[in-house]
Amino acid sequence: MSKHHVSATVNGDAVEFLCETDETLLDVLRNQLGLTGTKEGCSTGDCGACSVTVDGRLVCSCLMLGVEAGGKSIATIEGMAVGETLHPLQQKFLSHAALQCGICTPGFLVAAKALLDKNPNPTETEVRYWLAGNLCRCTGYDKIIRAVMDAAAEMRGA
Amino acid sequence: MQEKVKDPATEYTYVGTRPVRPDGVDKVTGRARFGADLSLPGQLTGRVLRSPHPHARIKSIDTSAAEQLAGVKAVVTAADFRDQPSEFVPAGEMMINYRDVVRNVMAREKVLFEGHPVAAVAATSASVAKQALKLIKVDYEVLPHVIDVREAMKPDAPLLHDDMITQGMTPAPTKPSNIAKRIELGLGDVAAGFAAADIVIEREFDTKPVHQGYIEPHACSATVSEDGQAELWVSTQGHWIVRAHCARLLGWDVSKIRVTAAEIGGGFGGKTVVYLEPVALALARKSGRPVKMVMTREEVLKASGPTSGAYIKVKMGIKKDGTMTAAEAQLLFQAGAFQGSPVQPAAMCAFAPYDIANVKLVGYDVVSNRPKVAAYRAPGGPIAEFAVESVVDELAQKVGMDPIALRLKNAAKQGTRAAYGPKFGPVGFVETLEAAQAHAHWRTPLGPNQGRGVAAGFWFNIGGETSVSLSLNEDGTLSLTAGTPDIGGLRASLCMMAGEELAVPLEKIRVQIGDTGQLGYNFLTGGSRSTFSSGMATVEAAREVKREACKRAAKLWELPVEAVEYVDGKVRPAGPNAGKHTPMTLAEVAAMAGKTGGPIVGYARINAHGAAPSFATHLCDVEVDPETGKATVIRYTAVQDAGRAIHPSYVEGQYQGGVAQGIGWALNEEYIYGPDGRLQNAGFLDYRVPVASDLPMIDTVIVEVPNPSHPYGVRGVGETPICPPMAAVANAIANATGLRMLELPMSPPKVLKALDEARAKGTARM
Amino acid sequence: MRYEAPATVEQAVALLSAAGSAGRVMAGGTDLLVQMRTDVVEPGVLVDIKGIAEIRQIAEEAGGFRVGAAVTGAELKEHPRLKAVWPGIVEAANLIGSTQVQGRATMGGNLCNGSPAADSVPALIAAGAKALVAGPKGRREVPVEDVMVGPRKLSLGRDEIVIAFLLPARPARSGDAYLRFIPRTEMDIAVVGCGVSLTLGPDGTCTAARVALGAVAERPLLVTEASGILVGKRIDAAVLETLAAAASAACRPIDDKRGTKEFRIKVAGVLARRVAQIALERAEGKTA
Repeated sequence: MSKHHVSATVNGDAVEFLCETDETLLDVLRNQLGLTGTKEGCSTGDCGACSVTVDGRLVCSCLMLGVEAGGKSIATIEGMAVGETLHPLQQKFLSHAALQCGICTPGFLVAAKALLDKNPNPTETEVRYWLAGNLCRCTGYDKIIRAVMDAAAEMRGA
Repeated sequence: MQEKVKDPATEYTYVGTRPVRPDGVDKVTGRARFGADLSLPGQLTGRVLRSPHPHARIKSIDTSAAEQLAGVKAVVTAADFRDQPSEFVPAGEMMINYRDVVRNVMAREKVLFEGHPVAAVAATSASVAKQALKLIKVDYEVLPHVIDVREAMKPDAPLLHDDMITQGMTPAPTKPSNIAKRIELGLGDVAAGFAAADIVIEREFDTKPVHQGYIEPHACSATVSEDGQAELWVSTQGHWIVRAHCARLLGWDVSKIRVTAAEIGGGFGGKTVVYLEPVALALARKSGRPVKMVMTREEVLKASGPTSGAYIKVKMGIKKDGTMTAAEAQLLFQAGAFQGSPVQPAAMCAFAPYDIANVKLVGYDVVSNRPKVAAYRAPGGPIAEFAVESVVDELAQKVGMDPIALRLKNAAKQGTRAAYGPKFGPVGFVETLEAAQAHAHWRTPLGPNQGRGVAAGFWFNIGGETSVSLSLNEDGTLSLTAGTPDIGGLRASLCMMAGEELAVPLEKIRVQIGDTGQLGYNFLTGGSRSTFSSGMATVEAAREVKREACKRAAKLWELPVEAVEYVDGKVRPAGPNAGKHTPMTLAEVAAMAGKTGGPIVGYARINAHGAAPSFATHLCDVEVDPETGKATVIRYTAVQDAGRAIHPSYVEGQYQGGVAQGIGWALNEEYIYGPDGRLQNAGFLDYRVPVASDLPMIDTVIVEVPNPSHPYGVRGVGETPICPPMAAVANAIANATGLRMLELPMSPPKVLKALDEARAKGTARM
Repeated sequence: MRYEAPATVEQAVALLSAAGSAGRVMAGGTDLLVQMRTDVVEPGVLVDIKGIAEIRQIAEEAGGFRVGAAVTGAELKEHPRLKAVWPGIVEAANLIGSTQVQGRATMGGNLCNGSPAADSVPALIAAGAKALVAGPKGRREVPVEDVMVGPRKLSLGRDEIVIAFLLPARPARSGDAYLRFIPRTEMDIAVVGCGVSLTLGPDGTCTAARVALGAVAERPLLVTEASGILVGKRIDAAVLETLAAAASAACRPIDDKRGTKEFRIKVAGVLARRVAQIALERAEGKTA
């Protein structure tokens, strides 16, 4: 059968793509749009490595079909820095050494940004629960949580 | 975070600081390219057909229908790989046998575990590949299977390998069995040691296999040209190893295969072996097209190596004054479908933290119908140390001593002979115990239903073959190429050591991980060796650059080379000639390189010796829900000897990450098999790794007792941190509840059951 | 596989009727996409109901709420009134998966996925919620406890769709709550789940109560004995112990990878007591 022709906005740019029904938004981002910053860790919604926002809502792109993206506005890790300026979360992840292998990092950053957009002053517990769907196997989460809290503080101050 | 520097005599500019890692920006922007991120023109999708049975004979495989499906460009089976004779070759901390490797990559006579590959296809899309797999007909003769290690050791157990005669037995058994090997090591006379003891405790422990759980599934892309030149892009801990294994299995010359290490999304030992790589190369050769292969999470859990589950018996004897007199252990380790469990390193680690005169360890390596185990962070160590540290905790209670004091009394130190042979050089176990004792954590009062545990950890660490090149560029900047994949900040550490040696700002040095065509052989990133070995090679390469810079200046200045010295990033005349010429910067030396003899490159190719063990002491507080048996870790402190922390943030990160994995192992992670021999929890939903809300902050203390064999005193730090947590948690649960948990994971149903039994007997503390 | 995104309930029903056994309703898709990937289900026609306005709305009507079956967990939590009136339901729905999953997962999907461990279902049953079901013959209301009959088995026709949940009018001094037991703190499937809803009279006596359990039988259970235990009494420790025993007695669980029979029976009682206590405090206005 023929593919779906889908128009959407990705990181502010209008995009069009063709996809089969069973292709996920993750497949489309990575394989068709070349946005490989969004990672595939499980494809069952259990690891959060594929986190993106759709119309501002945090989702796992592996749990959404590409065809569902029609007319939606999608934000991925590639759209987080503005020009040469890293987002405060990105800067804090670097200065706190909040990553080791880095495979989970894009998902954590996208998810943490969605949190801070909603709640600029989260408690440590709120950060931990919000990010519970993002698995990291390297860091034990300690430095990630500190980086998010520190970024939140800096953004509140700015 | 807290750093205890034992020898602050040396002041460094970069070593010990916390700069942003060189690969950091790429990793926070999504630009970094991992195993699955490469796409090549004309690329095909490769997929593997896997056995649904835990044990079956392959009577036939018919791939004709799949081959005829439109869009299928190649199909491979075992016939596409060279059979290998049985021969053990060293592979880091473990041994491998190519006869088994080729069978693990693609089943030959039999399938030996659920998920065992039997065929693979390359097709123009994922959906065509999936359809093609359904068209491959495999005729299986299903055989009885065995999962549990003690069941597998029984004389009437289903045999995995008809010709497996236990090694290490005298006389050798005449009949085959699932016991691949018996090992024994020890010191002194255990019978006499136990006779001298006032208290003897003997306990039996049971642990389940756990997976490394790297978030990035195995992934690679392969191309092979018509003349046999192959390129492989792969997420691996060791691309030279991948090259060697692929060349061997495919019967190709090593030089034909160039392997590039992608950014790697976690390995923890699990990416030290080959699974997809030879298959992707075979498919690429057969199809003439690039082939990309990525495992699903289910495939990762079912068919890549977890570490062993084990059954362990530990017996320790102690005098009333706390002196340990004897220690004995029996370790039965599951190897999975092929021999090669980490029972040997487990035995080496078991009693290593203690100075005990009489030690005996007997281990068995046992096959069963599970995926072949792979290395996992201190392979074997955490399992043995869980058992031993649990018994040490009980000994402390019995003898009425503080558990840290008991460990201090018996701690291994410089000159102590380990049961596995060597005498320790300078080691920091005592220092970690003292730092733990001095930590506020140790003295903070506990609340209701809470308990505190302490446990020690040990890993020996390794060195090995390493090559590094350091080119002085024409503008005085430097390009550093290492060959050990960077999983947790290696490039930062190497850059810092090079900067320190050369007195060059870090931003002037660009570090890359070279491919197999760019450097001499490199053993893998594993055994906590990369900062140690590649660091040692980096320092050597940097020193060569300095020597060469001096030589070039000497030539220009017409001075003997000994009359030129390298100080603060410049070359200058030394001794009687001091001040005779204006010192030259490295940039000036570089600009003249063409005229003074050509490019300046430091190149180190070493077999790094002198790796030194790292000891740790961990403190853990848990709170146990008396009604559900759920234990929650509420506070954790990891103290460990780093030798020297080059980049303390990444050393802390290793401690914290190891602790988190250990807590998962302690509380929830396990392979769960049904009676059908199939894995029931092959996904992150039910293979329960810790999530952010499960854990507290993990406090760290870096103790520094420098390793005299390394120019900056580095010890490996990556593996030791996973050794203590299971016992630290178990000891904390014991402290909270009065229950001694002997089985991992200490999941709520087990703890609740034990609590109820103890309540019935009146021995529970809650 | 065809993808359809109808704009009305009637179109959706017609698509499903035409598709026969090949049809499959997709709401949030968080279970369905996983099942499709692993070939557990291989639908021929996917009917995405998220484009149907009435299935995506929360409305206050007849003194209660009508909650669209495809409202996501995140949207439920953001509704200004629902959380205040039915905190237990909102909390239960928000335990399904991660924050990311909350952005997609719906109570309609949670129910119709047919898992005995679905978190929102015991809370809905305790609340006395009815499922509003649309089919070729029109619409009907079905008590939530009657929708699921066994693992992956529903009492609905293949061309019927749950379009909303009807939550009854809420008397003063009412409270509901839901807790589940999982080995971790997040991301697990319930080993046991328990929802309690109760109402107190002016003197503090319980006048109405419903208790439901998840993951302890082939379907979510309404603990029918519970109202007899709670109603007419002031809920004290002794009453809660009786409730706990009744909850444990109602269980008919299995041993599986998530827990043993013995554990589930025991923890069902513990949860029933704890959840009833929270619901009580809410009814008394002591906690939100």
